[in-house]
Amino acid sequence: MDRRNFLKAIALSGATLTTIKDAEAMSILTQSFQTTQAAKYDLVAVMGGEPEVMFRKAITEMGGMKNFINKGDKVCVKPNIGWDQPPEMGADTNPKLVAEIIKQCFDAGAREVVVFDHPCDEWRRCYTNSGIEAAAKAAGAKVVPAHQESYYKEVSVPKGKNLKSAKIHEAIVDSDKWINVPCLKNHGGAQLTISMKNYMGIVWDRGYFHAHDLQQCIADICAYEKRPVLNVVDAYRIMKTNGPRGKSPSDVVLAKGLFISQDIVAVDTAAANFFNQVREMPIEKVKHIANAQALGLGTMNLDSLKIKRIKI
Amino acid sequence: MLKKIRVIVSLVLVSLITLYFLDFRGFLPQRFSFLAEIQFIPAVLALNVGIIVALVMLTLIFGRIYCSSVCPMGIYQDVVAGLSKKFTKKKRYTYSKAKTVLRWSVLAAVVITFLFGFTFLLGLLDPYGAYGRMVTHLFRPAYLAGNNVLEAIFTSFGNYTFYKVAIYGLGLFSTIIALITLAGIGLLAWRNGRTYCNTLCPVGTVLGFLSRFSFFKIQFKDDKCNSCGLCTMKCKASCLDAKNKKIDYSRCVTCFNCIESCNRDAIKYAPVLPRRKRIVNPMPAYSYDKPAKSVDSSKRRFLSATVLTAIAAGNLIAQETAGKLLPKKELKRQTPIAPPGAIDFDHLREKCISCHLCVSKCPSHVIKPAFLEYGLGGMMQPLLYFDHGFCNYDCTICGDVCPTGALKPLTVEEKHQTQMGQVHFILENCIVYYDETSCGACSEHCPTQAVSMVPYKGALTIPHIEPSICVGCGGCESICPAIPYKAIYVEGLETQNRIEIKEEKAEEIEIEGFGF
Repeated sequence: MDRRNFLKAIALSGATLTTIKDAEAMSILTQSFQTTQAAKYDLVAVMGGEPEVMFRKAITEMGGMKNFINKGDKVCVKPNIGWDQPPEMGADTNPKLVAEIIKQCFDAGAREVVVFDHPCDEWRRCYTNSGIEAAAKAAGAKVVPAHQESYYKEVSVPKGKNLKSAKIHEAIVDSDKWINVPCLKNHGGAQLTISMKNYMGIVWDRGYFHAHDLQQCIADICAYEKRPVLNVVDAYRIMKTNGPRGKSPSDVVLAKGLFISQDIVAVDTAAANFFNQVREMPIEKVKHIANAQALGLGTMNLDSLKIKRIKI
Repeated sequence: MLKKIRVIVSLVLVSLITLYFLDFRGFLPQRFSFLAEIQFIPAVLALNVGIIVALVMLTLIFGRIYCSSVCPMGIYQDVVAGLSKKFTKKKRYTYSKAKTVLRWSVLAAVVITFLFGFTFLLGLLDPYGAYGRMVTHLFRPAYLAGNNVLEAIFTSFGNYTFYKVAIYGLGLFSTIIALITLAGIGLLAWRNGRTYCNTLCPVGTVLGFLSRFSFFKIQFKDDKCNSCGLCTMKCKASCLDAKNKKIDYSRCVTCFNCIESCNRDAIKYAPVLPRRKRIVNPMPAYSYDKPAKSVDSSKRRFLSATVLTAIAAGNLIAQETAGKLLPKKELKRQTPIAPPGAIDFDHLREKCISCHLCVSKCPSHVIKPAFLEYGLGGMMQPLLYFDHGFCNYDCTICGDVCPTGALKPLTVEEKHQTQMGQVHFILENCIVYYDETSCGACSEHCPTQAVSMVPYKGALTIPHIEPSICVGCGGCESICPAIPYKAIYVEGLETQNRIEIKEEKAEEIEIEGFGF
């Protein structure tokens, strides 16, 4: 091949690539016009499917991802990657769910999707063994570290009772939108860890929470002004005992549930009721949920909401 | 040619072993730990017969190739000596007499103290261990800082190839020892080349003895040599006497610099034929020695006793003031926690030469060198501390990399069954007890639920401990938010225990509806 031919080939392949890209962009545009009429609910609960399938059903009922993510948004997806455990333990958010959410963000026109958590176990092992890093990267997201204080920015939480300010990860602070993707688990101290407790992975100093009434601080941090556009609770596998880390596979129940809502108090109430079927857990024991309702962050009265229940 | 091969092999090996110490991201696969395992003293301590035989044979055939190309400390000295040539024009070495008495006395002291269970001296002088400490305490912080600079640059462009790492001091004593090693051996190398190898190094003395009988040797070609002395000037081991055409093979590290330097092609590296051997080496090297100086042993004893008393007194004074000033709620760890696979303190003290590879490699930053926790003989040996994290339940890296067998390699299952310490709970320090608010941070981190949360007042739960199933990972201790004194901590064990793990059966649970 001589130089001229080579250059031609390069130019041609470049042109093709551009057109392919354009075509994709166009299809996204047309898609977004098609799905807006879908019915809207305050909360969607799904049961009986694979994580990504349940999410697809739920987000469609919520009117599609483009209801929450705008074109060009910088999105942060915050799963629970707290523990060095494999997905089968349900100690971390299901990687398939995380990947599906990222994919839908991009489909809705997100410019960038960032994924992180501030793990309790050694962070490299958590990111790797949870399967989330690989799944998120494969879906096109940036997976960023959170193990150093310098990644966090001080923000004030004026509405908080015990917690007036906190250092929050820059991926959240600098994002246009963020999506909270916890998993539903038993928790020795807070009783349950769901959407609100998942906030503890966006802050640097968790010790402060534990030392200043954990159940109040969990509610307080949720009063941080930048709320997640969605809370997606992964209840595919529920760690019913020995949470949040889990000891053996006997702690885990395959429940195949998923809950999604913008109201963090409502979604946690729904998930707590779901958990209560697996192991007795009266909602009063999960004090941070009531504390958050008292701060006006949402409602525990599920009857007042438009709820869609789907069984697959 | 021979020199070129030697230089290339040496640089490759020293780079790899240094990088293996520094590499915190696992670029170099685990099996590169063989670089540490092929070192002489680690092989001896691990009773790795294959490697010992290989190194002895290598020396008996080719001379001190180990010292020349495998030992990282030897290559470090060559690098320093090479640098000194750049700064000192007309750098020349001179022939010197062998320090035979010094060499053998040091070796004897090392062997005797080792046989009496005091491995400290061996660890201090072993060139691999000493090099490991230099890398861990001096090069590593620089490497990490470099990583952080790159991280700052790349991350500012939205590229997350690099991530920030924390740089911790790992104990003053070991750092000072590493500094003294770097400066001391470096200075000797700068001035006179391989002085350390031929005076203090116990490995150098042993292999030097063997290499006197080696098959291949550097030899003068009597017909061509005019005793010009060029080779002597290039001999970094100071073992080559051109005037008398004599070579002290016990000190020659087969660097081949002499062959390279000779203008008349008068030096060869060739098998020694039994007939010539007598002529080339008419008298053993030690015949140069002066009679041993009489040693004033009482003075020595006095000095060492003074040092020991001073250390002990300082410790006692510190303990006393601590006892007076601090409230009773603070509980200090009485027994140190040895890393997993150490078996017991005696095993660790005997086998560990404090190369600090485990310290460098621990991803959770929980291993640091001891000061006096294990006693004098255990100084610089690894112990667990929980200032920056805790021992990961499923991680077995320290035992996997340990080249001497001081930390036995464990499978993940064996690690889970290894009890390094036992949990202790101080109720009056616990937040749930004195604040009556939820916490549970300790139990959250406990992989075996040796710390579990049990019902307390109202909806509150409070820690309950079961020391018999505790692995001693320190998760609870490291995370306990109680200030100023933690409510939960791990006490070490002289001898590590085996835990029986009970199999738990899963219940069958069917979920019908949403529950709301």
